Amino acid sequence: MAVCIAVIAKENYPLYIRSTPTENELKFHYMVHTSLDVVDEKISAMAKALVDQRELYLDLLYPTEDYKVYGYVTNSKVKFVMVVDSSNTALRDNEIRSMFRKLHNSYTDVMCNPFYNPGDRIQSRWALLPVSASSPGGPYFLCPHPVQVGPAFCVLLPSLCRTCLAILVAKMQPFGK
Amino acid sequence: MADEALFLLLHNEMVSGVYKSAEQGEVENGRCITKLENMGFRVGQGLIERFTKDTARFKDELDIMKFICKDFWTTVFKKQIDNLRTNHQGIYVLQDNKFRLLTQMSAGKQYLEHASKYLAFTCGLIRGGLSNLGIKSIVTAEVSSMPACKFQGTMQKGVTDTPNKMFQWILCHRNGRLRRLTKPNIILKT
Repeated sequence: MAVCIAVIAKENYPLYIRSTPTENELKFHYMVHTSLDVVDEKISAMAKALVDQRELYLDLLYPTEDYKVYGYVTNSKVKFVMVVDSSNTALRDNEIRSMFRKLHNSYTDVMCNPFYNPGDRIQSRWALLPVSASSPGGPYFLCPHPVQVGPAFCVLLPSLCRTCLAILVAKMQPFGK
Repeated sequence: MADEALFLLLHNEMVSGVYKSAEQGEVENGRCITKLENMGFRVGQGLIERFTKDTARFKDELDIMKFICKDFWTTVFKKQIDNLRTNHQGIYVLQDNKFRLLTQMSAGKQYLEHASKYLAFTCGLIRGGLSNLGIKSIVTAEVSSMPACKFQGTMQKGVTDTPNKMFQWILCHRNGRLRRLTKPNIILKT
């Protein structure tokens, strides 16, 4: 099952990142960021090879644990990156493909939403619900309960639910203001 | 499109609605075309996302223009573009000899000057579709004789603003230590 899912816009900034609550999210953010480089390399290699393929298979091994990073690029240059813990299950290729398919369908629905401005962070909870349900976080896709970050603000802030936002604000100490 | 008459009627009402609100002083007269074009832009972005979900990756600009002329136009207007011309330097001319949104008007000189209102939305549609596929462009339309019309697209070599957006990845960590992830030591190809 996926440990982290990210949707990256064509300008290489994140539109949506969701990772399992137990792990250090910083690590996943960095992993996803570095995988963008490999994605760009593969796209340019593919353009020269004249092969029409949609899925990019990346194999980034993290030093401490085994993680597999899969990539997928749409025609509108939006990248989907999925981090999978390969030590738990041996996920088949078509399972990964179907997960990306579902992600793509959900992203298309978000794009067609008239209240969504293309380029904004995806904040709708229900938009990517089918995807989050497939990740091991299960139905608790909103945000980690309880919120572990203390005096911190992170990229996930806009996508936190109201409860967690309240907890976060209560925990936050004035940080050198 | 489930039924083309629905879109045709909606489009006509849209044009007259925007111009009526202009008469009441809400929008300046020259801005009506821009408003319609912007509507088309947003719709184009969403439509392209849906239509390119299952197609193969596009090789180059010409491939994208062919897709617009064939599949995109067929899905929206139930017919293909009749003629595509290019100068291979970024200018494409799409000619439609029987544009669906103009067929209901009399074919003559009578409504020629009003035809541009009915083309603004479609210009935006093309521009939005191209923009979502990564091509910045300016799309204009001209009508010489109803119902034939030409859409001219000028591609621009845009500059992406990748470096600024990268700083959205700046993160702070807890334990009181401020650890910032600035631009990592890898080269991101723009």
